[in-house]
Amino acid sequence: MSDSKHLEELVIQVRRDILRMVHKVNSGHPGGSLGCTEFFVALYNKIMDRKKGFDMDGIGEDIFFLSNGHISPVFYSVLARAGYFPVKELSTFRLIDSRLQGHPTTHEGLPGVRVASGSLGQGMSVALGAAQAKKLNNDTHLVYSLHGDGELQEGQNWEAIMYASAKKVDNIISTIDLNGQQIDGATDDVLPMGNIKQKFEAFGWIVLEIKDGNNLDAIIKGMKEAKTKTGHGKPVCVLLHTIMGNGVDFMMHTHAWHGKAPNDEQLAVGLAQNAETIGDY
Amino acid sequence: MKTYTNTGNKDTRSGFGAGLTELGQTNENVVALCADLIGSLKMDDFKKNHPERFFQVGIAEANMIGIAAGLTIGGKIPFTGTFANFSTGRVYDQIRQSVAYSDKNVKICASHAGLTLGEDGATHQILEDIGLMKMLPGMTVINTCDYNQTKAATIAIADHHGPVYLRFGRPSVPNFTPENQNFEIGKAIQLTEGNDVTILATGHLVWEALEAAKSLNEQGISAEVINIHTIKPLDDNAILASVKKTGCLVTAEEHNYLGGLGESVARVLSQHHPTPQEFVATQDTFGESGTPAQLMNKYGLNSEAIVNAVKKVVTRK
Repeated sequence: MSDSKHLEELVIQVRRDILRMVHKVNSGHPGGSLGCTEFFVALYNKIMDRKKGFDMDGIGEDIFFLSNGHISPVFYSVLARAGYFPVKELSTFRLIDSRLQGHPTTHEGLPGVRVASGSLGQGMSVALGAAQAKKLNNDTHLVYSLHGDGELQEGQNWEAIMYASAKKVDNIISTIDLNGQQIDGATDDVLPMGNIKQKFEAFGWIVLEIKDGNNLDAIIKGMKEAKTKTGHGKPVCVLLHTIMGNGVDFMMHTHAWHGKAPNDEQLAVGLAQNAETIGDY
Repeated sequence: MKTYTNTGNKDTRSGFGAGLTELGQTNENVVALCADLIGSLKMDDFKKNHPERFFQVGIAEANMIGIAAGLTIGGKIPFTGTFANFSTGRVYDQIRQSVAYSDKNVKICASHAGLTLGEDGATHQILEDIGLMKMLPGMTVINTCDYNQTKAATIAIADHHGPVYLRFGRPSVPNFTPENQNFEIGKAIQLTEGNDVTILATGHLVWEALEAAKSLNEQGISAEVINIHTIKPLDDNAILASVKKTGCLVTAEEHNYLGGLGESVARVLSQHHPTPQEFVATQDTFGESGTPAQLMNKYGLNSEAIVNAVKKVVTRK
């Protein structure tokens, strides 16, 4: 099987995981998870230089921070399928005594997670600290982070964005999931944020755009280009244009599925649109 | 009665600065962050000696806490420095999620706690920080009483794995605990032996408690003064052993009586040995501008207030 074929199959399988996880507990966030599925699959399988196994310090490898923790379903699925913990553990999502909490946490010792997230706007600061620790440790590996576009309404982000360029933290690639949606509706209706690209540039970042953020090739090409921009004295931002709910037609282009699980019939439709590939958990 | 000598007034924040300076030389993993208050926090020497390990984050405390959490990933031991108000209330959710819940080894070092910040007034005089911090699972809460103890505590917390809130203050106060003492987290220190009343004090109120004990002794009341430098974990055994002997107690702290040391002690006593207790603390109020001495007098946080509370509590036995 070709490499790209494998990645495409992985994307479909991750979509199935997401739908089944949120359906089982009738809660969770499928919309943003589906929108970022291709990104996570590409990041963990084609972009990050990762060690085998997991240790918290992550010295000598690229590390990733999920700031918009509510898209935990895609994070958990990709982590499990990258070997961080047993795939069958996905069936415990949001259940009592699970390591797979509603929002990601280190508290239960889930491999692959380095900080709790869920209360929005905190991840970039943490990622910057980890990036500066890498510099102190003479570790040339990179720090990646992912943030929602609505999440940029949290002020702490702008403290971090200002700090990153001022301190020349150039070993970080922060990706913004530009799906244009948040819980109460379109970001442009809830609180328009203007031109995000110009804002990051004005704060001294190098900004790249991935116009088709649900296309594996485009993501891999864009992220590889982003890597070439690191180490030049400036932090790097990737604006990833995605479609919320991508891959499940009735969930696409709407905020309705931000934090809502499909019922039995809707699950069946979603799964039919994404036939089993690698194997369900 | 055992007495203590003030070897000269000093500010506790300078004890923090001295401890941090020493840590800089002895522990290469220690890093320091400050939110535009280097001089106030006495972090100048660390910055000068280890510029590569010092992070000036500007007036952005939320970001500072997050960066500190991130620095632990890679084995660093971050010490953050700003005023107590901006170290806690302003960044509560950042501490809660990125530090406490994430089990990060961050040392939150807070100066200018309480009323003794003085003239800046109530916006800066946090009297709720002990409560905020002690409620966070896994958080260690320390409030030191003088320069020497603050220096020792600063050094000790670097060897403790886990989040710590270290609270100290601005004014020059008597320095009376031993130089180069070994600071043991969670271990109360009995300063005087007494039979009639126990006085549990923390922070700047420890010296006031000793002054009160002296005055009480002259009036025929024998007070056992215990320095509770660690509010969490609380030294339950030391407290219970003392009150079983004396039969009543006074707690004294530069903090709201809601959420402070007094309530933590009351919890221990109500579970294990119900005992009459009086609270020397602020009474659910904000502070105001004034000199530290004026404020401590007006809000009833000095030796005189402790004496009065003792006289009241001994009648309730």
